This record gives sequence, structure tokens and C-alpha cells, in this order.
Amino acid sequence: MSDSAPLAHPTIAGSAAQSRPLVEIRALTKAYERGKQRVEVLHGIDLDIPQGDFVALMGPSGSGKTTLLNLIGGLDSPSDGQLLVAGVSIDDLDGDALAAWRADTVGFIFQSYNLMPVLSAQKNVELPLLLSDMSASERSKRARIALDLVGLGDRARHKPNELSGGQQQRVAIARALVSDPLLLICDEPTGDLDRHTADEVLTMLQRLNRDFGKTIVMVTHDPKAAEYANRTVHLDKGTLVDTPTH
Amino acid sequence: MPNECMLNECMHDEGMPMRYLGLILSGLLRKKLRTGLTLVSLIAAFTLLGLLQAVNSLFGGAADFLGANRLITQASTSFTQPLPMRMLPQLEPIPGVIAVSHSQFFGGTYQDARSFFPQFAVNPQLLRDTYPEWVMPEDNWRQFISTRDGAIVGRTLADQFGWKVGDIVPLNSFIWTKSDGSRTWEWRIVGIFDGKDEEWNERAGLMYLNFGQFDEARTAGARGLAGVFIVRIDDPNEAGRIAAQIDAKFDNSSDETKTQSEQEFQLGFIRQFGDIGLIVNLITAAVFFSILFLTGVSMSQAVRERIPELAVLKCLGFTDRLVMWLVLAEAFALCLIGALLGMLLASAVTLVLPPEFPVTTDLQVWAIAGVSVVVLTLAVGLPPALTAQRLKIVDALAGRGDESILERALHRAMSSIARISGRGGNETEAA
Repeated sequence: MSDSAPLAHPTIAGSAAQSRPLVEIRALTKAYERGKQRVEVLHGIDLDIPQGDFVALMGPSGSGKTTLLNLIGGLDSPSDGQLLVAGVSIDDLDGDALAAWRADTVGFIFQSYNLMPVLSAQKNVELPLLLSDMSASERSKRARIALDLVGLGDRARHKPNELSGGQQQRVAIARALVSDPLLLICDEPTGDLDRHTADEVLTMLQRLNRDFGKTIVMVTHDPKAAEYANRTVHLDKGTLVDTPTH
Repeated sequence: MPNECMLNECMHDEGMPMRYLGLILSGLLRKKLRTGLTLVSLIAAFTLLGLLQAVNSLFGGAADFLGANRLITQASTSFTQPLPMRMLPQLEPIPGVIAVSHSQFFGGTYQDARSFFPQFAVNPQLLRDTYPEWVMPEDNWRQFISTRDGAIVGRTLADQFGWKVGDIVPLNSFIWTKSDGSRTWEWRIVGIFDGKDEEWNERAGLMYLNFGQFDEARTAGARGLAGVFIVRIDDPNEAGRIAAQIDAKFDNSSDETKTQSEQEFQLGFIRQFGDIGLIVNLITAAVFFSILFLTGVSMSQAVRERIPELAVLKCLGFTDRLVMWLVLAEAFALCLIGALLGMLLASAVTLVLPPEFPVTTDLQVWAIAGVSVVVLTLAVGLPPALTAQRLKIVDALAGRGDESILERALHRAMSSIARISGRGGNETEAA
């Protein structure tokens, strides 16, 4: 995790043209054992996601989009194939190394926000920084910057239940951003929000992509949400149904 | 000298465990009522533990002559076995002995059995010699010596029953029968004594009876026998030697003796009711067993409710081991707070106990509490901590939590207990 990189500075904007993609997926397969049966969810996926890209993953329920997202985020391991993120084969990392890699590289945004209900917005945002060697004052300063970035600097002391759904999701975005990750993984980030609030959140994600160069992979059911992405990848029954284009 | 910036930096620096303190406490504060109730149970358990182990420590200790300036010599078999009065002159010449008196427990009740207070038949002059801590006007002492049916009472007792000098107090002894077959003895109050200081004033809840009437009036076979001998010595440091010398003197005689400090003798009174150590340990174990289940279920419920949150922590980069330690630390914090408050409460209680109950929560008792905290933490915290460690992020985020083998065993045991007791079975199953 980069301790010194200020959040508010564009770092890798426009770097999509770099030679090697941030995410390289080759013949990726994922299967689960259910009793004696082997159920294959993803069948040999090939996909590149360049740095600075904003990709929407769409598809019907059970198509494997969340599974693919979990694999890219290092939350699950592939059954077969190759998955490189920022040049690291995450399948080769053991538990602790994978956890450290996630802390350094990926920020997660969930549909149901998943904030700690007892902690204030500020403390929620500071959570990923507990793993760094930052002092308490540095953590606090950094979390404040992240909250300012999502427009919630004045709600730092509020607990999640004192915030609206949209505000909670913005706190979750600040938490995902605070360690300045290369990649943001968003699983239905607007699934629980009304249209207006969803648009606000999606605009914010778009801004993070455009102005701060964050690579974003977002699972969504909502075609309107997908419009905010640079491109959309469709999955059906564990297979990409169209060739990704920029 | 550090400048202000450096000082501020230092103030914000924290050790690794400290940086997670907020997170640990947030887990406890998530359900304040549940944590509060669990804490109350723990406080109650550790208060009991502190008090019971203090009692245990008192009874379990070796004979302690430290600071004893008075020894009690009783029959080696039991203090209920009388000793012949002729032994008294043999005790007086032992080097270090200042005075010797004899005392016989009277076992009388006044009005009804519930208003029991201790009474002892004594030789008034010898009592005065061995207990200079009792203070009474000279006239009253003389009256006590010269009145065969005279009795003196402590101020506390006199105030309790409204007695004054000249009152006749009938006592019905459950031990001693008069030669005429009656068990009712009448005693004339000839003095009211005080203690020499506040501590002795608190002990002044007893009555002394003149041995004269007592010995004359009791049945012939019992006459000339003393209950125990009270030996006042000049140097407490010599107590052990003098006690050994007394007992050696009557070794291999028909009246073998056991000499001990006054405090030890008083404890012997209570020991006759049974194995105090065993009783105390059984009660402690029963209390802790109940608390173990209560806290264990509470902890595992708290963790199960937070499975998605724990999964999020893992998403953020917290390792499996760190998440396990956080859950364990939460259990430890809960047990530690409960133990500290409970032990402090127990210590406070021991401070207000009367001097007849000289129990203290000493270092040994605190050490037992400390070990109990560790054992309790592991017992209640380890099963959910292992569950948290093994948690698979993807399953947990999807709401598919898992229980450890220990947790399953705990819940099964809880369900069985609930079924047997015929209550709350469904609740436990649901939990």
C-alpha cells in the first residue's frame, strides 16, 4: 500500500495505453464441487482490462459475473487458467500474501455497503489503513481526504445508520479509495439505491476513473449503470458472449 | 529535548495491539444490551470467585502464627473434647507465657434460637489477664469476680437487647444440663465491657459467664473440665515455638493437645461443617460452568451476526490470523473487564466484612482470577475465533457462514441442557 501517494492527485490517468493490461485473463475456469458433482461456472474466459479502464460486467443471474469479479479481486481462486493482475499471478499467492496483495492493490465496493455499524464514517474509512504502518494522525488525515473526495467531509463523525443509502455507499467508496489501490472492484454498487442517488454514485465512479486513473470493474444488472463505463462485457452461462471492445 | 511536532507525532504513535483497540471495542458495543448482560454475569461470577477463593485461601493456608499473641490449646481430637482443669498450672511456667485462662463454650439461646450470640464460661480474673483488650470499670470487674452467677456483656450485645447492669438474663443451653435436670440458666449482668479500640469494639458481641455457677451447677461428671485454654504470650515471634512446646508437654498422655493461633482456632469452628475447600471449589466450578455457556453462546452469536463484516475485513486485507486474533481479543476484553470489576467488587466486600471474617483477596486470589480469565477467554473465544479464521470471504459475503466443530458442540450441549430443563429449547436451537 502506498502510504505517501496523495489521493487527490491524478496518478495514472490516461495510462490505458500502457503496453501491458492491468488485468490479464487467459482460459480462466472456475468450478465448484457440489457433493460428487463438479459444476463449472466459468468456461475458459479470456479478457484483458487495461490500466485506467472502466469495465461493466453484465449478464443474467447465474452467468458467473460475480464469480469473475471475485476472482479478479483475489477473493476466490481459479480452478484453471491464468489470472494476472498488475503482473502478479494471484493464484500463486498464499493466504497472507494474498491478503497483503488485496490491501495494496484492490478496493472493494459492495451492493449493501458493508460498513461497520458501530464505527463512524471516518473510522470506517480508516479501516484499511490499520494494516499500514501509518500513525493515527496520518490515518485520520488520509481518511479525511478520502471523505472530502466523496463529498462527505462534514459527515465524518456520523455512524452509518445516521447516513442515507447514497451517503453510506459514498463512505464505502472512500474506504475503497483510501489506500490508493490500482483497481476498484464494484459488485452492484447501485443495486440498493434509487435512480437519482445511483446516478450520483456512478458519476463519482466515472470521475475516479477519468480524473484519478482508477481502473474499475463493475458488475451490474442495470444497463443505465453500464452506460457510465467505458465498455461493457457480457457474460452468459460462464462464457463471454461478445468480444470486448474499447 | 523533543520539539512540539515530534511530541505530537509520538502521542499519535501506538503499538500494534492498540491500533485495533477501537475495532475490538466496536465489536463489543455492537449489541450493548447483550454485552451489558454478559458483563453483569461475568462480574457476578468473578465477585463470587474472588470471595470464595478468598475464603478458600483462608482455610487452605498452613497454620499461621504470625503476629499471634494468644494461643488456644484444645484437645488434639476436637475442640468439643474437654481438657482437665489440672493442666492449667502446667502451662503457666512455659517460658514466654504471660497468663493462661480457660474457656468453655456455653451454647445458650436467649428468647429464641435465632437470636444466637456466643457465650463462654470463664474465670473472671484469668479472662482479664488474658484479654486486656476488654475494657470495663474496676468496680464491674470486681463484681464479676465475686458474683458466682455474674455475667458481663459486650456493649454491642447490650445495645442490641437493651440490657443494663442488674438485669437477669435466662439462657437455655443446648449443651449443658444443670444437676437438677434443667437447661435454663439465669445470669445476672454485672458489667458491660468495651473494646480497647474500634476493631475490638466491633468484636464486642459476646457474653462471658462466671465459671463459678457454671461448674457448680452442671452435672457432676462434667465438673472440673475446661473447654480450651487460652495462653497469652509475650512475643508473637515465639508463638510457633511455644505452641510446639505445649503440645510436646502433653504428647502421649491421655489428654494430647493441639495448640494454634486464635484465628486458626476460629477457622476450625467453621471447618467442622465440612471440607470447606471442596465446597468452595464446587460452587466456583458450577458458577463458572454456567458463565462459560452464557458467555460462549453470546460470543458465538456476536461473531455469527458479524460474519459479513468479518468477510469485509478480509477483503480489505486483514489476514485470517489477524481476524482470529481480533475475535479472541474481543472475548479477552470482555472477560478481562468482567474479571476486573468483579474482583474489585469482591475486594470492596472483604473490606467491609467484620473482623470475624478475615478474608482478603490477596495475590493468590488475583492470580486465580487471572488464570480464570485466560481459561475463560480460550473456552468462549476460541470456537468463534476459529470460525472467523476459517471464514471463506466469498461464502461469507453471500451469507453462507460456517460453524467450527467446537461451536457446533457448544450449541448441541446448550440445546441438550435447554431440553432437559424444559425451557428455551427453541431459542437455543435458533441461536
